[in-house]
Amino acid sequence: MTTLDTPPMIETPIHPAVGEWTLPEFVSEDQLPSREGDRVIQYREALREAMSEEMRKDKRVFLIGEEVAEYNGAYKISQGMLDEFGPKRIIDSPISENGFAGACIGAAMAGLRPIVEFMSWSFSLVAADPILNNAPKMLYMSGGQWGCPIVFRGNDGAGGQLGSTHSWCVEGLYANVPGMKMAIPSNPYDAKGLLKTAICDPDPVFFLESERMLGDKAHVPDEEYYIPFGRARRVIEGDACTLVSFGRPVNFCVEAAEALAGEGINVEVLDMRTIRPLDIDSIIESVKKTNRVLVVDQSWPFAGISSEVITQITEHAFDWLDAPPARVNTRDVPTPYAKHLEYDYLPNPERIAEGVRRVMA
Amino acid sequence: MPRRKAYEAKIDYLQILDENGKFDARLGKDTLSDEQVIDAYEQMWICRELDETAFKLQRSGRMGTYPQNKGQEAAAVGSALAMVRGQDWLAPCYRENAALFMHGLPMHYILLHWMGDERGNQIPEGVNQTPLSIPIGTHMLHATGIAWAMKLRKEKDKAVITYFGDGATSEGDFHGAMNFASTLKVPVVFFCQNNEWAISVPRHEQMNSPTVAQKAIAYEMPTIRVDGNDLFAVYKAVKDARERAVEGGGPSFIEAVTYRLGDHTTADDARRYRDQKELDAWLEKDPLIRTRKFLESKDLWSEKQQKKLGERAKKIVSEVVKTAEGIGEPSTNDIFDYTFAELCDDLKTQRDTMRTSSLGQHPEQAGLRGQAERV
Repeated sequence: MTTLDTPPMIETPIHPAVGEWTLPEFVSEDQLPSREGDRVIQYREALREAMSEEMRKDKRVFLIGEEVAEYNGAYKISQGMLDEFGPKRIIDSPISENGFAGACIGAAMAGLRPIVEFMSWSFSLVAADPILNNAPKMLYMSGGQWGCPIVFRGNDGAGGQLGSTHSWCVEGLYANVPGMKMAIPSNPYDAKGLLKTAICDPDPVFFLESERMLGDKAHVPDEEYYIPFGRARRVIEGDACTLVSFGRPVNFCVEAAEALAGEGINVEVLDMRTIRPLDIDSIIESVKKTNRVLVVDQSWPFAGISSEVITQITEHAFDWLDAPPARVNTRDVPTPYAKHLEYDYLPNPERIAEGVRRVMA
Repeated sequence: MPRRKAYEAKIDYLQILDENGKFDARLGKDTLSDEQVIDAYEQMWICRELDETAFKLQRSGRMGTYPQNKGQEAAAVGSALAMVRGQDWLAPCYRENAALFMHGLPMHYILLHWMGDERGNQIPEGVNQTPLSIPIGTHMLHATGIAWAMKLRKEKDKAVITYFGDGATSEGDFHGAMNFASTLKVPVVFFCQNNEWAISVPRHEQMNSPTVAQKAIAYEMPTIRVDGNDLFAVYKAVKDARERAVEGGGPSFIEAVTYRLGDHTTADDARRYRDQKELDAWLEKDPLIRTRKFLESKDLWSEKQQKKLGERAKKIVSEVVKTAEGIGEPSTNDIFDYTFAELCDDLKTQRDTMRTSSLGQHPEQAGLRGQAERV
């Protein structure tokens, strides 16, 4: 029974119990399947396709969350998945975000690949310890050994008059923690490609969707594709000012850009797609061309993503700027309940266009 | 409609070897063989030696904060003996060193960790343990998740044991883990070392329930309270729980009543908040003394063997200290390399610029400090 010999330190990669991973072959943006076409599906269907495709390929992947199985998902994202994959892989959880997030970290360490659905990221706050203090640090605290391949996903941002406690944009708060990755797609095409990549990723991924976009429709190609993390997409090309955004507000930037084009201001719109890693190179490249920048961020301004982006711009491209870098955030107050106040609180096309005019002045 | 009883429960208390070394042969039947008890006693003694040495290392500035295990050795050793090494999994907190090394973790890893080196948490292949968990209670959920993975994969004859203190049962994580484990019916043993103190807060101020064991009733989980300084009672309870787990009976709860003879960690002084009389009473219930009395009563142990064990333990521990202190310091590269499974570009940049002592974090700024100095 007794073993008291002292073997040498191990040169260890990931512990074998965690299991292996294979990242997909990534191609450049112009080699991805076309965004044009008539296979028009909703954002929620794109998410469902991503999960289902990966679950068919990898038996280790499963989905857990409140109402994901029998009820087909509180937002019908997982509709039909219980029928296809059965109750062992599509799992209705008790209402205990802390409980299922923590248990899934254990399951990931033991070789499974959990997809954890938070009905809303607002509810993830009660699971702060597992998602912020365990998952992103497990690998580090075990000397590079205990990876934690897990996807946490759910609705982020103001869902439409849900009141302040149910309207969190967690990206500003959570992206501060090293050791995790964060994706925040703005459209069905990216949602699918990014979620598939997230499920293959060996590190914890926070995947931020938006209740307000679940019904958005777009062409999503039949053929399989993966979108790499850390690569922004240029949505609109322009030379007057760079608009940097991510998630739902990207769509408002496009609306603002159309309005501004009528005034002769041609802005460039960058969709970051992932916040961690952040494609700062694409931002810098664009800023060196336009010499002006406005960051549009649906989380609070203080010590948030916009602050980080602007700091990095001033670090890398200070001499290229013709105007102080600017930002449009939510206002620095709890999310209002009343419809018109919530609209004004969030970045919206009018506020964004106004921001651009300020930068151009 | 008369009122009637909706639910009734009782909780057993098990003691097989009492404070005086008196053994209950009926209850103790089919527990540990004489050889196993000798081995267990040796492990307990070696663990105590490691513990005392670690304390001294901390006091002499050679180690960081350390939580002493002193007094809780029977709980660790008895439970470790009942679980199957290399097959079952351990999800520990930090007061069961003996269980860790009995299940294959090289002893110097334990010291290395407390010396402030994450590499002490690198678990060698074949050793089924999760890294030490310092935030109270979070690892009980991980244990549940690991057991759940075992169940989903239909792995036979495997179970998980998770260790935690009485203080951890006040955490939400505890209740989340208990609820999930019982609802999913997974093979996990919840092993509470009730050492009566959560740092400076005594148990009766932490909870209103007279036992910790009764908390498991809410989860319809088999539960028992045992004398945690009684090697046999601990072994028996854990063995039964493990059997139940591997046979598909789901999780069990064990409250092992023991006592923290030392401070919470080297960062506090228990004399400031604890009654000396209480400590003195528990010193008499020391599991090492009790187990030795048992062995002597059966003529299985002599003064000579004791002397030999003492010398052997000192030798092992001094070698372990030497090994731990002989391991080179972790490098700056490690902190970046350990953050993601594959080093990402921005961290690569930070790693590279750190070598150049730049002002910022980007190579373009690497030269700035030099320029400032020239000015």
